[in-house]
Amino acid sequence: MELSGAEIVCESLLKEGVEVIFGLPGGAVLPLYGALSKYPKLRHILVRHEQAAVMAADGYARATGRVGVCSATSGPGATNLVTGIASAQMDSIPIVAITGQVPRAAIGKDSFQETDVTGITLPITKHNYLVMDVSEVAPVIKEAFYVARTGRPGPVLVDIPKDILLDERTEFIWPENVSLAGYNPPREAPAEQVAQAVKLINEAERPIILAGHGTLISHAYDEVRELAEKAQIPVVTTLLGISSFPTDHYLNLGMPGMHGMAYASLAIDKADLLIALGMRFDDRVTGRLRDFAPNAKVIHIDIDPSELNKNVKATVPLLGDLKMVLGQLVPQVEANVHMDWLHYIDALRVDHPSTVIRETDELLPQFVLRELTKATQGEAIIVTGVGQHQMWAAQYCAFLEPNTLITSGGLGSMGFEVPAALGAKVGRPDKTVWSIAGDGGFQMTMCDLATAVENNINVKFAIMNNGVLGMVHQWQDLFYEKDYFSTVYTRNPDFVKLAEAYGIAGIRVKEKGEVAEAIQQAMEIPGPVVIDFVVKADENVFPMIPAGESVHEMLEEPTPERTA
Amino acid sequence: MSDKEQKHTIVALVADKPGVLTRIASMFRRRGYNIASLAVGQSEQPGFSRMTFVVEGDEDTVNQVTKQLDKLIDVIRVSDITGRETVARELALIKVLATPATRGEIIQIVNLFRASIVDVGTQSMVVEITGEEDKINALYNLLEPCGVIEMLRTGVVAMVRGQANGQVTDDVGMAVIQ
Repeated sequence: MELSGAEIVCESLLKEGVEVIFGLPGGAVLPLYGALSKYPKLRHILVRHEQAAVMAADGYARATGRVGVCSATSGPGATNLVTGIASAQMDSIPIVAITGQVPRAAIGKDSFQETDVTGITLPITKHNYLVMDVSEVAPVIKEAFYVARTGRPGPVLVDIPKDILLDERTEFIWPENVSLAGYNPPREAPAEQVAQAVKLINEAERPIILAGHGTLISHAYDEVRELAEKAQIPVVTTLLGISSFPTDHYLNLGMPGMHGMAYASLAIDKADLLIALGMRFDDRVTGRLRDFAPNAKVIHIDIDPSELNKNVKATVPLLGDLKMVLGQLVPQVEANVHMDWLHYIDALRVDHPSTVIRETDELLPQFVLRELTKATQGEAIIVTGVGQHQMWAAQYCAFLEPNTLITSGGLGSMGFEVPAALGAKVGRPDKTVWSIAGDGGFQMTMCDLATAVENNINVKFAIMNNGVLGMVHQWQDLFYEKDYFSTVYTRNPDFVKLAEAYGIAGIRVKEKGEVAEAIQQAMEIPGPVVIDFVVKADENVFPMIPAGESVHEMLEEPTPERTA
Repeated sequence: MSDKEQKHTIVALVADKPGVLTRIASMFRRRGYNIASLAVGQSEQPGFSRMTFVVEGDEDTVNQVTKQLDKLIDVIRVSDITGRETVARELALIKVLATPATRGEIIQIVNLFRASIVDVGTQSMVVEITGEEDKINALYNLLEPCGVIEMLRTGVVAMVRGQANGQVTDDVGMAVIQ
């Protein structure tokens, strides 16, 4: 039987095991929606803004490890996806975005709602496609999912002209496999290079593991833990690697870098070996490169060859899938105790505690986050926005299971917290999901509270409301002579009334004593809730290594002249 | 990182699909790499083109260029053939002012270079030359005093001599530091 292009899209999505699509229709993509309505197995969640569709797909992908799917119409619908696609690309998130395009005959004529979306997304997708024949629909979708989820994952966009969706028909033939001559994700690393790495590990006196996002993507957490425990090697986790190693593990030093634990950064400074796993030596991790880990040799394992020797020279680069490479490597590593090194690090922890919450009657965001972690016992999925609250969540929340911290790390896209939390909850309905928001970011995407309500997506939103664009404000405070130009919101909406306007509960918390109860109350309500935590406005995130500087320039405490 | 800037010749086998050149050019632009020359044409395999890039940069930069190129899905294989025994050729058309006074001199120069004159007008001639970059530069320098109206160069195409086909991306920057 011949099917329309739109029906072939639906059949293909079913073949890929897709269960949910986040999207918003429009003229060019409407034929797809006409078909979707006849495929009840493909749940479509209608959003209020396309940015929410792509970021929800992102949250879904991060929470489940599966490919997130979103759709939008041509022109403005497609361009509204751009920020979310860029974020997914930076953080290696598998997404397939399907966009409608104007009919083939109208392409290139500046037609209504026409944009060159494959051109626009070229540098921010892993790959993209403009489908120009109905016979290509099924193979392209198969290829798109394959490319999105394999190797170093990433977003793939498929742009399909309206006439192919609507008018063109062909037999639905699902290809058996994908054959891409120029695309062969690496698996195991060469044995002799692994042996070189093993030798370095066995000889090291002050080794450190840097576990990045690749640890989660490759499901290598057990192997990382085995390596750490076998040879007693302390572990630091990058922002995106945080939930790959339990926060409460005695070898976990937390996050290093700009707002990382002082002892983690100081330990890297003293280390004689870095074992970098699925991470890319981002500038927020390294600071000034020439001062980064000056005493260390580097073993760098990554699946993307272009990450090896990009920022930091690897003594032993290992190209491969992290789980497989560790499977080769860990059995050859000798048991070790590194007693002196661990004692040294323990002393660093005592001298540079990094996460002490000072005694005050004021409501500090750090205090709120610690209470939240107590209430959820580190088992909730925490989805953050970007800025101060994101860093505090990374510092003060506990993460005991993989994929429980969901955050826009590379792109640092504010507004991520609302839609990504929706996607995470849709993907993991069994988990408690908290969206930790800033009042700035929340207002970028809060229109999709309606999506949460409409679909009863049970996300708890905790706004760290300080009335300022906190991280920018902090930079003004520390580096721009306290010129707080354009970072203060003098008239925020009443977030409690706003929640009520959306038909959900809103709770305002101004006092420390109310925090625990409000969190408990929110968790007992069987649906989305907004808590407006009115927190201290001019609190800064410490420790801080200023941009482009090194661990030696780290600010650990708010010194008097640095406190507003 | 090393700071020795050097010209590298990179050869890539790419899928012959719409937009491939844009993807490659976009990657170069976005990452701030400079292409000194680029030539593209059909390869021996149907459906695939072969591109020759000349890129300037230190070794680390050029390693990144080859890896980033190889990362593109439509790029099948990348080889950095710098330092290998290669045959490298470029074609140039040079339109030069030719008055009765200079015509003879131009013909002499052209013969010296085994180039050929492919068009003669009342006031100008078009010279065609094939060779390595230096040879074309030398001819241009000699013709320049006569007055060059227009020059068009194809960019270098290059090939490793014999059976070998250069260092492929899989090995680039993968060495263990002893």
